[in-house]
Amino acid sequence: MAMPRTLFDKIWDRHVVAVAEGGETLLYVDRCLIHEGSRHAFTMIEEEGRNVRRPAQVLAVADHYVPTRNRAAGLPGIGDERIRGMIELLEANTRRHGVTLFGLDDDRQGILHVVGPEQGITQPGMVITGADSHTSTHGALGCLAFGIGQSEAAHVLATQTIWQRKPKTMRVSAGGRLGAGVTAKDVILAVIARIGSGGAAGHVIEYAGPAIRAMSMEQRLTVCNMSIEAGARAGMVAPDDTTFAYLAERRCAPKGPDWDRALAFWRALPGDSEASFDVDVDIDAAALAPMVTWGTNPEHALPVTGRVPDPEAPENASRRADLRAALDYMGLAPGMKLTDIAIDRVFIGSCTNGRLDDLRSAAVIARHGRAKIPVMVVPGSARVKQLAEAEGLDRVFHDAGFEWLDAGCSMCTALNGDQLRPRERCASTSNRNFRGRQGPEGRTHLMSPAMAAAAALAGHIADVRTLG
Amino acid sequence: MERFVTLTAIAAPLAEPNVDTNQLCPTRFNKVAREAPDYQRILFHDRRFDADGKERPEFLLNRPPWREAKIIVADRNFGCGSSRESAVYALMAFGIRAVIASSFGDIFRSNSLKNGLLPVQLPDDAVTALRDAVTASQGGAVAIDLPAQTVTGPDGTAYRFDIHPLRKRCLVEGLDDFALTDRYADEFAAFEARYRAETPWLFGER
Repeated sequence: MAMPRTLFDKIWDRHVVAVAEGGETLLYVDRCLIHEGSRHAFTMIEEEGRNVRRPAQVLAVADHYVPTRNRAAGLPGIGDERIRGMIELLEANTRRHGVTLFGLDDDRQGILHVVGPEQGITQPGMVITGADSHTSTHGALGCLAFGIGQSEAAHVLATQTIWQRKPKTMRVSAGGRLGAGVTAKDVILAVIARIGSGGAAGHVIEYAGPAIRAMSMEQRLTVCNMSIEAGARAGMVAPDDTTFAYLAERRCAPKGPDWDRALAFWRALPGDSEASFDVDVDIDAAALAPMVTWGTNPEHALPVTGRVPDPEAPENASRRADLRAALDYMGLAPGMKLTDIAIDRVFIGSCTNGRLDDLRSAAVIARHGRAKIPVMVVPGSARVKQLAEAEGLDRVFHDAGFEWLDAGCSMCTALNGDQLRPRERCASTSNRNFRGRQGPEGRTHLMSPAMAAAAALAGHIADVRTLG
Repeated sequence: MERFVTLTAIAAPLAEPNVDTNQLCPTRFNKVAREAPDYQRILFHDRRFDADGKERPEFLLNRPPWREAKIIVADRNFGCGSSRESAVYALMAFGIRAVIASSFGDIFRSNSLKNGLLPVQLPDDAVTALRDAVTASQGGAVAIDLPAQTVTGPDGTAYRFDIHPLRKRCLVEGLDDFALTDRYADEFAAFEARYRAETPWLFGER
C-alpha cells in the first residue's frame, strides 16, 4: 500500500521536475506573482540575458506603492516621483516581457493576495510563488503558495521553476466553534502567540478542524495570510465545497468541461486520513477571545481582556530583554489593562483583512456610533470596493466618520505615503506590528476589523463583545 | 554570486530575538536601487541613526570594535518577516558576510544563500555561549570554515554546523541557481509536456 500522503505531499510530489544532491528539489511553478518591488528580479534576468519563460503564468499587480487618494488623477496625480517611478518601472518591465499587469487604472487592481483568489487565478493544487511573504494567503484555496526574494523570483521568471528543500509539515487543528465577536484574525493571532513567531519555521502548516471548516473562504484567507508571522513557509486548507463554491464562475476559474475535470482533480487533493504530520498543534476555538498585540512582533498577542505583561517575569534573559525593548518602543507600562490603551488612528484593510467579509464586520460595529479618531478604510481591491459600495458599506463608514479610500497595501506597508507619525498609536487590521512598519517610530496594535472599528468608536482598545 | 569559503572576522553580539527584516531594512528604503551610494546606511537605519541622520552612539554597530564586524552573532528567528532581499543587500553592503543564530526566517535564509551571505544555525546554548565569548573578548575574532562546517569562537571553542550539501557547494563555488537549473533542461521539457496534458485547464487563456 502506498504511503498515506498529506495535501502538501500530494501537491509537492506532482511538481517535482528533478531532485539534486541532498534531496534539493527543482519544483515546477504554476503561477508567479510580482509587484512594484520586483524590480531587481527583472534586472537580474536581463543581466543574465534571459527572458520571462512563461509570461502567461506570471501576474503583476500594482499594490505596494499605489495611492489610496486622488486615484482619478492616475499616475500623474502621484506627487512623489520616487513612488510614481516604482509603478512606472513595473509597467515598463511587464510590457517589455509580455507579463499581464493589473495596473493603477485596471478594474481588477488590488492587493496581489486579494486579487489572485478573487479573480480565480489561485486554484487548488497549484504551486504559487510570490515576491511577497504574504503569498501564504493563497494556500487557503488548497494550494502550496509561498513568498520568495528577488533572486528566487528572477529564477522563477526565467525558468518557471524553483529549488526547494522539502519542508516539514505541521497541522494546526482548531476544534469547537468561535464565539460571538471572535474571528479568523483572532484564531491566527492566538496560534502565533502560542507557537511563537518562529514556531513554524521550516514547516508548512495545514489548518484543519471544525472551526476552520466552518469558515468562509475569506476567513480562511485571513488565517493562511499570517502563517508567515508564525515563521511558516506556507499555510494551507484542504479544498472542500466552500472552496469550490467560491471559485465557481470566477473570471479565471476553469469553465464548462474544464471545470468538471478540475473539480474531480481538486476533490482528490485533501490528505489521506492516515497521513501524519511532523508536528500537531491543537487549539480550542471556543475558548478564544478577541486578540490584540501589545508589542513589536505578532507573537506579542494577548486576549483583549488581558494586561500588558511584566517583562521581568520570564526566566529566559533574552526573552526578558525582548519584552523590555518592546514595551519601551510601544510606550506601555507593565500591568496596564489592554483596554486602557488609548489609540490615535485606525487602519482597516490589507491582504490580511481587506476583503468584503472584513469590511462587513467592521461596518456592523461602525453602525453603533461615530469615530473619535481618524479611521482609514482601504478595500483590498477595486472589486471589493465596488461590491462594498453596492451594498452600502461606504455610506455606513461615511456616517460613522470613517474615511473610505481606494485599494492598495496602504498603511500596512506604509510605502505609498499613508503612514503613522512618530509615536502615533494605531489599531490596525494588518499583519505586522514590527518597529517602524507603519512609519518610523509608529506603534501598531494588530486586531480584527470589528475590534479596530470598536477602537475607533471608543478611542481606545475595546472589547468588541461589550458593544453588543 | 560571491563565494564563501572561510572567514575570520570581528563578530557583533546582537542579543535580540526576532530581528525582523523591517529593522534590517526599513520598508521605505525598498525603493532605493542597490547600486546607490551609501546603501550600507540602510542597515538598521532607524536604530543606527537619529532623525537628523546622525549616528546613535549607543547602537551596537556604531561602537568600536563592532562597527568593523563582518559577522553577527544573533539570537533566535533572525530575519523574520517580509521577503525583501534588501535586508540581505543591506547586511552585505555594511560588510556582514555571515549571521549566526539559533533559527532564521525561512525566506531570509534563502535570500542569504542566493547572495553569498552565510546563515549559520547553531543550537540555542551554543549561540548563547558564542555570543558571550564574543562579548567578553571585546572584538576577538570568530573563524568560520564552510568546507569544514565549523565556527570557532575567540575563546577557541569550536562548533560544528549543518548546511545543505547543495547550498554549501553553491556558496563555496560561487554557483548561482541559473547554472544549476540549466543542467535540467531535458527534465523540464519532459515534465512540462506531461503536466500540461494532465491538467490542461491550468494553461487556458486569461
